[in-house]
Amino acid sequence: MKKVRFIGLAIFLIGLLIFTILPFTGSYSLSENEFQEVLKPEEFALFGQEVTENFSNKKYGFSWQLTSDVFTIYHEKNDALRAVEAWDQVVYSTESDLGLRLARAAQKGPVSSDKGLFLFLTFGLGIIGSLMWIIPGLKIDGPPGIKNTGIYHNSATNRGWIGIVTAVWLVGFYVVLYFKPWIIAENIAVVDPLKGLFKEGAEASQWFLYGILYVVAMSVMGIRMYIKYRHNKYQIVRTTSVLFFQIIFAFLLVEILPLFGLPGRDLKNAMPLDYTFLYKYNVQELLDAGMFGTFLLIWGFVLALIVVPTLVYFYGKRWYCSWVCGCGGLAETLGDPYRQLSNKKLWAWKMERWMVHGVLVFAFILTIWVGWHSYTAITGPEGGDGQSSILGLSAYNIRDWYGFLIGSIFAGVIGTGFYPYFGNRTWCRFGCPLAAYMGIVQRFKSRFRITTNGGQCISCGNCSTYCEQGIDVRAYAQKGENIVRASCVGCGVCSAVCPRGVLKLENGPEAKRFGNEDGPIVLGNDGFKLLK
Amino acid sequence: MKKVVIIGNGISGVTAARHIRKRSDNEITIISSETKYFYSRTALMYIYMGHVRAEDTKPYEDWFWEKNRIDLVQGRVLGVNYKNKELQLKSGNSINYDDLIIAVGSKPNKFGWPGQDLNGVQGLYSMQDLETLEENTSKIDTAVIVGGGLIGVELAEMLHSRGKKVIFLVRESKFWGNVLPEQEGELISRHITANHIDLRFNTELAEIIDDGNEWVKAIKTSSGEIIECQMVGLTAGVSPNIDFLKESDLEINRGVKVNDFLETNIEGVYAIGDCAEFITPVDGRRNLEQVWYTGRIMGETVAATICGEKTPYTPGPWFNSAKFFEIEYQTYGWVHAELRENETDFYWEHENGERCIHVVWDKSSGVFLGLNTFGIRMRHELFNQWLRDKVQVTEVMKNLRMANFNPEFYAHYEKEIVEKFNASTEFNIQLAKATWWQKLLKA
Repeated sequence: MKKVRFIGLAIFLIGLLIFTILPFTGSYSLSENEFQEVLKPEEFALFGQEVTENFSNKKYGFSWQLTSDVFTIYHEKNDALRAVEAWDQVVYSTESDLGLRLARAAQKGPVSSDKGLFLFLTFGLGIIGSLMWIIPGLKIDGPPGIKNTGIYHNSATNRGWIGIVTAVWLVGFYVVLYFKPWIIAENIAVVDPLKGLFKEGAEASQWFLYGILYVVAMSVMGIRMYIKYRHNKYQIVRTTSVLFFQIIFAFLLVEILPLFGLPGRDLKNAMPLDYTFLYKYNVQELLDAGMFGTFLLIWGFVLALIVVPTLVYFYGKRWYCSWVCGCGGLAETLGDPYRQLSNKKLWAWKMERWMVHGVLVFAFILTIWVGWHSYTAITGPEGGDGQSSILGLSAYNIRDWYGFLIGSIFAGVIGTGFYPYFGNRTWCRFGCPLAAYMGIVQRFKSRFRITTNGGQCISCGNCSTYCEQGIDVRAYAQKGENIVRASCVGCGVCSAVCPRGVLKLENGPEAKRFGNEDGPIVLGNDGFKLLK
Repeated sequence: MKKVVIIGNGISGVTAARHIRKRSDNEITIISSETKYFYSRTALMYIYMGHVRAEDTKPYEDWFWEKNRIDLVQGRVLGVNYKNKELQLKSGNSINYDDLIIAVGSKPNKFGWPGQDLNGVQGLYSMQDLETLEENTSKIDTAVIVGGGLIGVELAEMLHSRGKKVIFLVRESKFWGNVLPEQEGELISRHITANHIDLRFNTELAEIIDDGNEWVKAIKTSSGEIIECQMVGLTAGVSPNIDFLKESDLEINRGVKVNDFLETNIEGVYAIGDCAEFITPVDGRRNLEQVWYTGRIMGETVAATICGEKTPYTPGPWFNSAKFFEIEYQTYGWVHAELRENETDFYWEHENGERCIHVVWDKSSGVFLGLNTFGIRMRHELFNQWLRDKVQVTEVMKNLRMANFNPEFYAHYEKEIVEKFNASTEFNIQLAKATWWQKLLKA
């Protein structure tokens, strides 16, 4: 059994290695015709001639050499136009978009020769290897029960060198994915066959690759959760729920709806986590998409303003954060081995409240600005851009800043990249505006609480240690106080790891929600009176 | 304002300190030779097994003590001068007090076995014991554990988690025989064996054998069997750690003798927790209570007395809990190893053999007396209320579903339990619907 595990590890590492070196393989070149095909007409008009003259049929070893050459000319030309204020001729293609188009058209790498083979060599080996590591756990890790043995002895999960290497890889991946996708053109080509399942001959984008990675990581690590928590039905049901919502809603529906000419949207992605919902292009697209588009537009508001708070009232914010949400889903599967790394100190809680509510305010401002922009554009004259500026602040600028700082850096690079260092819920705890919004509802108007079982707490600290949200659960349990906290996502792990049966997630009447009316009291001492 | 000095920073001493601070402005000093900061002794096993780090076992952050004006002194107390109200420390310093609380806890029992002081032989009580255990087990493959109680099974689980072969000697014919009824003892024995522990009943330690270099190399049982091992865990109970108080005016027996108010024979000196021995035990309890919860309750009680509100030790209904490998155990009220006169019982065990409940009530009056539950969590608040109100056993059985404290979606067994209860007793009750349990408490 142990042998199977180590062979599995080796297979996984081979798959990972192949995936990681793909950007450094093959070559990149474009003929004159190919340049003409891949560039948009306005791009070709701006710099097509100069680019084809200089770089046609030039063979590059790496995609970034090609894109760097083209970008230089592109920016020079644009700058020249800006200098003479010829605004109508300036081209607004983003580097991400242009660079990835160029790299995908130019790639002459090993992957293109047999994409199916490389799909197997990367994702295939990765999945097989992981499962060979995970499934023997049924036997090796002993009978059903809490499986935290050795977590703090393992350098993958105690911020040791494996953890640091993992974090570096993840951060690197996210930076490339968000900001320099042309680097991973070969990796994206690997999933073309899967994209082809939805639409014949279609090319995958970096987001399709990310979607596949996301679903694969969640599914494989979901199997790990099923094995690890096979004694705990709450964890089983919850894991099934996050997998269902990720695979069906966040992935399949988004791919399938466009095949029927409908806008592909993740129906469970609620504002303000979905910060692009009110962007002008999005609203325009939905309005242009007939009945279904209009439904999506109305649903977006109903979801954020009615469904979210109502369900938080009845079940706590866990219904979203640890049952439905994609970020939460990844945190609860791929991130589960890192949950103990969240900071439990009081100062971290203070910082959390400033940060997460700060992001909520930022998201609110963004919503007002882009909402007004979209509204004025739609109600204004046909083809007009509406009013993009209020009080001298441009909705476009706010979009750029929010998208960069919150959408990419916080949610992706820090939120997931630093799993092995800060734990698996950094984004959810410190950055997610939807979590902040639901947290306010959960704290002040909800039936959800974690009940403390009388006087049974022995202060061992397992609950606090394994709280991914960094809540010092023990501090409440040991004084007989129920846990009512804005940040609790109801993952149920504190209750699972408690060796004395002290904690239970419950929905019940708001009365006595915090515990005894007179204040928290630990049971067992009849001679003890609470001090007033 | 007076100066209260507490010897010992376990749950008893620290609880006393916290509540004295809540109630007064008294000067408070805690002296400990073990660790500077309070940690949860019950979590020692989780440090060894890699579930948590040592720092995670500290229930309060380090700034807590200064903020609450509780002075921490790390040092060993050599003796007490009760006349001058002065403590002598090993460092040569002395500390004065107005009130003294002795909360020094326990030490592992050693019954004079030959070889009991060899290297590789140890108990498991303190942070130092844990450090010793790390050293003792770094290169070994087999260990023998002596004594079938809670610490023994914890130590077995710890060693098993590091892949050591464990031979577990139990003097009695069943596991934790002085506390658990036979059925539960068997259930736990099966579970321990299923976890690859070599559990041997009716086996006593006779001698620990030296390898010639002051290290253990084997043990000999009272039947003469030699078992090779490189480590011996002595977990045959604990006794008060009060050697430094012997031969003084303080009255001691096995522990420091105290009355209902936790007062010793010397004015201004109190003893709480593991090391306190009640002259008259409180209703049905032992006169030495070496349990986390009772330590906490004594700490709360002595704090009230010291702050001018003289309060006797009045613990409510008995409760306790433990975890044996994967099986959680809770108990409310009294379920004795042997039924007492006029007691009768009902036992249900799940077909998987890892879950059971054991209910005891008074034969003539039908009053509920106690419950053991293994593998099913139960609601303390509800049982506390039932025990105080002296409700009928039928009342408890009827409302068993409300008492369930398992996580959501767990399978329920109440129907099966009540069916068996009806079949095996003269009662015929109907399981009440699962409504919100607090309604019941209000009624």
